[in-house]
Amino acid sequence: MTESDKLRRRTRWFMLGALVVAGAAFAVIAATSMSKNLVYYWTPSDLHKAGDKAYGATIRLGGMVAKGSVKKLGGTAVEFDVKDAARVVHVKTSSVPPQMFRENIGVVVEGTMVPGGYFQSQRLMVSHSNEYKAPEKGHPVDRKELERLMKSVEQGNT
Amino acid sequence: MIPILGRLLILGSLLAATAGSVLGFVAGRTRSLDGLRWARRFAYLYAALIALAAIVMEVALLRHDFSVSYVAQVGSRLVPTWVTIVSLWSSLEGSILFWGLVLGIYIAIATFLTRGRYPEYQPDAIGVWLATAAFFSFLIAGPANPFHTVANPPLDGPGPNPLLQNHVLMSIHPPFLYLGYVGMTIPFGFACAALLKGRLGHGVLKPLRESLMLPWVFQTIAIMLGGWWAYEVLGWGGYWAWDPVENASLLPWLTATAALHSIMVVERRGILKGWTITLVQATFLLVLLGTFMTRSGVFNSVHSFTQSAIGPTILVFLAVALLFTIGLLAFRIDKLEVEGRLEGAASRESMFLVNNLLFVLLTFTVLIGTVFPLIVEALKGKQMSVGRPYFDSMVIPIGAALLFLLGVGPALPWGRATREQLRKALLPPVIGAALFALIGFLLGVRSAWTLVTLAFGGYAAQVTLAQMFLPMLQRIRRGDSVGSALIEGQLRRGRRRFGSYIVHGAMVVVIIAIAVSSSMRQTTELTFTKGQTHKASGFDVTLVGVEQRQEPHRFVTAGRFAIARGGKQVATLEPRMNQYQMMRDPVGSPDVYTTAARDFYLSLANVDAVAQTATVTIYESPMIVWIWIAVIFMGIGGLIALIPPRTPRVIPSAARDPLIETAETA
Repeated sequence: MTESDKLRRRTRWFMLGALVVAGAAFAVIAATSMSKNLVYYWTPSDLHKAGDKAYGATIRLGGMVAKGSVKKLGGTAVEFDVKDAARVVHVKTSSVPPQMFRENIGVVVEGTMVPGGYFQSQRLMVSHSNEYKAPEKGHPVDRKELERLMKSVEQGNT
Repeated sequence: MIPILGRLLILGSLLAATAGSVLGFVAGRTRSLDGLRWARRFAYLYAALIALAAIVMEVALLRHDFSVSYVAQVGSRLVPTWVTIVSLWSSLEGSILFWGLVLGIYIAIATFLTRGRYPEYQPDAIGVWLATAAFFSFLIAGPANPFHTVANPPLDGPGPNPLLQNHVLMSIHPPFLYLGYVGMTIPFGFACAALLKGRLGHGVLKPLRESLMLPWVFQTIAIMLGGWWAYEVLGWGGYWAWDPVENASLLPWLTATAALHSIMVVERRGILKGWTITLVQATFLLVLLGTFMTRSGVFNSVHSFTQSAIGPTILVFLAVALLFTIGLLAFRIDKLEVEGRLEGAASRESMFLVNNLLFVLLTFTVLIGTVFPLIVEALKGKQMSVGRPYFDSMVIPIGAALLFLLGVGPALPWGRATREQLRKALLPPVIGAALFALIGFLLGVRSAWTLVTLAFGGYAAQVTLAQMFLPMLQRIRRGDSVGSALIEGQLRRGRRRFGSYIVHGAMVVVIIAIAVSSSMRQTTELTFTKGQTHKASGFDVTLVGVEQRQEPHRFVTAGRFAIARGGKQVATLEPRMNQYQMMRDPVGSPDVYTTAARDFYLSLANVDAVAQTATVTIYESPMIVWIWIAVIFMGIGGLIALIPPRTPRVIPSAARDPLIETAETA
């Protein structure tokens, strides 16, 4: 084996090592950043089940606006109840309710549970269904439908 | 009648593709010229049949023949004709048929252009192309059949998704995206053929590069059009949300861009062959993954239509393609001969290496963030998504590093360089860096990342401009006239180089515009009553009134706003709520006042025609328009680099392969 061969081999191992270290560093950074930025899609039932764990986590809460629960506060603020088949969560939001916002419509609110026992949200999104269905009134909220709805409401589609 | 005709054509295309694929692979093993000829004929036949099927569907749409299931699903007598025409790709089944059509066009053109030129690679390439075609024909014939017969045809249909009718960009974005996505099949075929042959000679590099470049151009434009559409229609003032469907279009673009760069290293230095092939194959696999994500309904968005058997079928094909690729790479990659080696750390080729690593890192970042929620849901049944901050915090540093390389890479010479050469190459562009950062600072940029971006951008801009016109300046220095130096140096001989640097220059503008527009955006939420004026970002905004009117296919509620600056009216903006027929909820439609310096963007949050009040969200973002313009220049640059040079046709591997003479005359 000549000197240059040895050198080349050593360089190759060095490069490989550097690559492994860089890859590992990248994986760690990506994993940390991701775990910090996960957004959970929860229903009111999930929220109740989670209990204390719900405080502080970024949550997208999806459900129907309960009938007769919408109250306008001062300015743009609104409060209302979000319900699924079993549970109800009281929500306060400061964001301007979009045009379609009304009772019995599917909404997703992003925010967190606060010690006052209600859900404080900065963002209120209304699901608009891309399907051509006649509006069904007062039907029980179906879990599958709720999940579909939560996913369909993305940043833009308010 | 039409449903039967359509189904027959699809079945015919399935048969033609299958037969041609088998023949292609067999001809690749046996080196049978007859086999190759027949494979080619089947390729043309496939293209003709699938094109006819698409034409039949268009006819059915235009004639409002609701006995065809797809027409009954998306057609409507009430929508304008252009909407009817683009309905072909506005829903699931039609979009797969459209995919087949685009694939047919690509395969026919690629087969025709490479006939008799790459006899070593063409049979296997055709085999791979037609295997893909056979899969999509199977999809159209089975799970995604748009040609079902409707027993009791309705008198009228619902029309396509209103979000798609809301803006004309929606009729252009999908074709560009398909031309990008589907086109990646062609380089994939060449890459697989090279592996099957165990040789990536100079001969196949040219078709590989060109067949990658063209879909890359389309993909680049398509991504921009998608962002532009989101900006013009969705009303949240932005153009990119790291939504899974957006990521799906970006992922193959990233690997394709990396491959376009590593191909140059293969050309120059004879190294990175296996790596380049892997990137090209990864691009195609990411296209399939993207198709799965957008067409299966695993993510709900305007792109995914309904749940169906199409998703699992695409997933199976993706798995097969992945296994085929990995197997091929595992068994054949050693066979690719290495002709050169890397010299010197501060050389252009090592910058290419770093560039490639960064692109792959970027791909992984976006891929993980996109796919992670899917995996968690599949394994644990929990619903979640990865928030935007993850993408921003990861992509911004990698993007900045890439921008840095975009400046440093082209400044460095190939091979070894002396210290003196390095200093001469790397020092002067610091002026550009300082200049850009200073201008930004004076105009009020304070965000550290944006200033860094401006500095790197300025460095890259100066290098790019110097490199772009280097051939012309050399000629002028040698005594040529300016005109002839321009034509000869830029447009004739140095066309590929010229085009590439146009892409680089445009990319610098895009990155700067993205950084500035997102870090300097101002958002205000205001409520108006009729006649009321508010100040927002230096403009006086007055609500003139709220109007309602009936348009042929929708009912419009619009807030009319007068925009004035310094007492002079500059624009009237009319953000709207459109209520479509057969649709439960209205669709908002923002309005934008665009200038070279900034966009002033009004989106209705709430409007009341009786009370004559409106609440709007106002976004003021600088430099937005430069993103769209610069991306178009990226496309133009790519096309300039694609135009083949007018050198006589050479067949470099002629000496090695006796088959070539006969194939030339075939």
